[in-house]
Amino acid sequence: MENNNQYAIETQALSIHYGNFTAIKNVNIKVEKQKITAIIGPSGCGKSTLLRAFNRMNDFVSGCSVTGEIFLHGQNLYGKDVDPVEVRRKIGMVFQKPNPFPKSIYENIAWGARINGFKGKMDELVENSLRHAALWDEVKDKLQESAYALSGGQQQRLCIARTIAIQPEIILMDEPASALDPISTLRIEELMQELKKNYTIIIVTHNMQQAARASDFTAMMMIDDQRAGGVIEFDDTKKYSLAHLINAPKITSQADLVKADKEHRL
Amino acid sequence: MMNFDLRKKPRLAESLIQTLLFLAGILSIFTTLAIVYELGKEALLFFNNPDVTFVKFFSGTKWQPSIGNYGIWALVSATLTTSFIAIFISLPLGLAVAIYLSEYASLRVRSILKPILEVLAGIPTVVYGYFALLFVTPILQNIFGESIQVYNMLSAGLVMGIMILPLISSMSEDALSAVPRSLREAAFAMGATKVETSLQVVLPAALSGIGAALIVGISRAVGETMIVAIASGAGPNFTFNPIQAAETMTGHIARISGGDLSYNSIDYTSLFAIALMLFLVTLVLNLISQWVVNRFRERYE
Repeated sequence: MENNNQYAIETQALSIHYGNFTAIKNVNIKVEKQKITAIIGPSGCGKSTLLRAFNRMNDFVSGCSVTGEIFLHGQNLYGKDVDPVEVRRKIGMVFQKPNPFPKSIYENIAWGARINGFKGKMDELVENSLRHAALWDEVKDKLQESAYALSGGQQQRLCIARTIAIQPEIILMDEPASALDPISTLRIEELMQELKKNYTIIIVTHNMQQAARASDFTAMMMIDDQRAGGVIEFDDTKKYSLAHLINAPKITSQADLVKADKEHRL
Repeated sequence: MMNFDLRKKPRLAESLIQTLLFLAGILSIFTTLAIVYELGKEALLFFNNPDVTFVKFFSGTKWQPSIGNYGIWALVSATLTTSFIAIFISLPLGLAVAIYLSEYASLRVRSILKPILEVLAGIPTVVYGYFALLFVTPILQNIFGESIQVYNMLSAGLVMGIMILPLISSMSEDALSAVPRSLREAAFAMGATKVETSLQVVLPAALSGIGAALIVGISRAVGETMIVAIASGAGPNFTFNPIQAAETMTGHIARISGGDLSYNSIDYTSLFAIALMLFLVTLVLNLISQWVVNRFRERYE
């Protein structure tokens, strides 16, 4: 297969079924490297299903089957000889609700690195990961405390930190801010802009404004007559044609964000 | 205004049920207190005997109250040895079963395996006792030779471990299953294998529940009577050597109280002292395991 430098990952005729039910049908998208791609759409249209196809998390859902292909560096992730564990080491994931391990802050980051065979200086890795997740200053004096002592927003940034500690190429985010307050949401969005310097990010969001604010590309999903989801539009977010996304207010302060959130949250 | 009344109304059924529930709670507390009172009263008679001293009781290694030997260690040693063997077998095995059932087994396998384990839990202990004496002991003798006595703590402990296994595995499985799915997903999403996820994320998160299983298991082992009475030996013997015969506290109480005993004799009151000691041993072991569990457990809430 081609190994196009511009794209981090691409799907070809990707369909996902739960038993006889087709959840998403014939998705063809090419995700650009070091950009943020948002997947938006109404509830139940298969956004999360599509996202979880990228790191084979759907493998844990019984009755779930995949047709079509997803290419990462020219390799089909659903090829017969592909190890899903290796896929997940290359493609990290941040979940809707913060789900740190019931371990210390330090151990939350060190654990993933250790099981992935990290041999370098662990203290450095932990510090760097926390710095990149904009969390270091808040936790540097309590690294041995439980991750559950942190606030929800801090926990989510910890989850991002542990993901970047294993240095994936792509980070999947499944509505990472939906359980957070507006201020924490803004911090996550700012963080995403930092992260895209090094990583490709694919984010599922319910929040149109968030997609407009934070993403470079947007994939809009819809359900067809048979209730199967599909990508109906995929384009540069700035060119995106939905009327309510045009002229999205510029967010420069937390007050703007709270206001915009109130007005436009779906 | 029609019929607008915010005053309290009597709710009979409500208060009746509340009272019943309260009484049910009181009953268990009352029973415990009554047992402790009865044990304490009779044990006091024993310790009031001029021949008996606390020092002798807690330091002696010979138990023959009729001729003035009151060393409780002769019985405690066997209780500790058999219980240790039982836990040594049932904890790792029970945990392995629990991890298999909760993390690996398909629904079909689980629906077959769980009822079998429950059957194991339903076998009467007297059957286990003869199983130990007539089946396990000969096997041990075949393997390790005649140095293994006909009555021995090893065989009793092993079988006791099998008896406790379903208890530990089912309580541990409940604890493992209660660990939120999101934690497993987090681990898998970081490229963890199934083994890494099960042992390094799910197991530590379930440790408080597993600790509870351990505590109940220890209590069962220390308190178990029939298996040790049949298979472990019928005479106090201070030893921690598992291939020897020795009588546990429970086994001793069962044997002596089964014979004829004159009321208020030293043999009779000594049984209550043993029972009180049993209470104490269980309590101390529970406290220790609780401390160990609190030390290592990870909270996920």
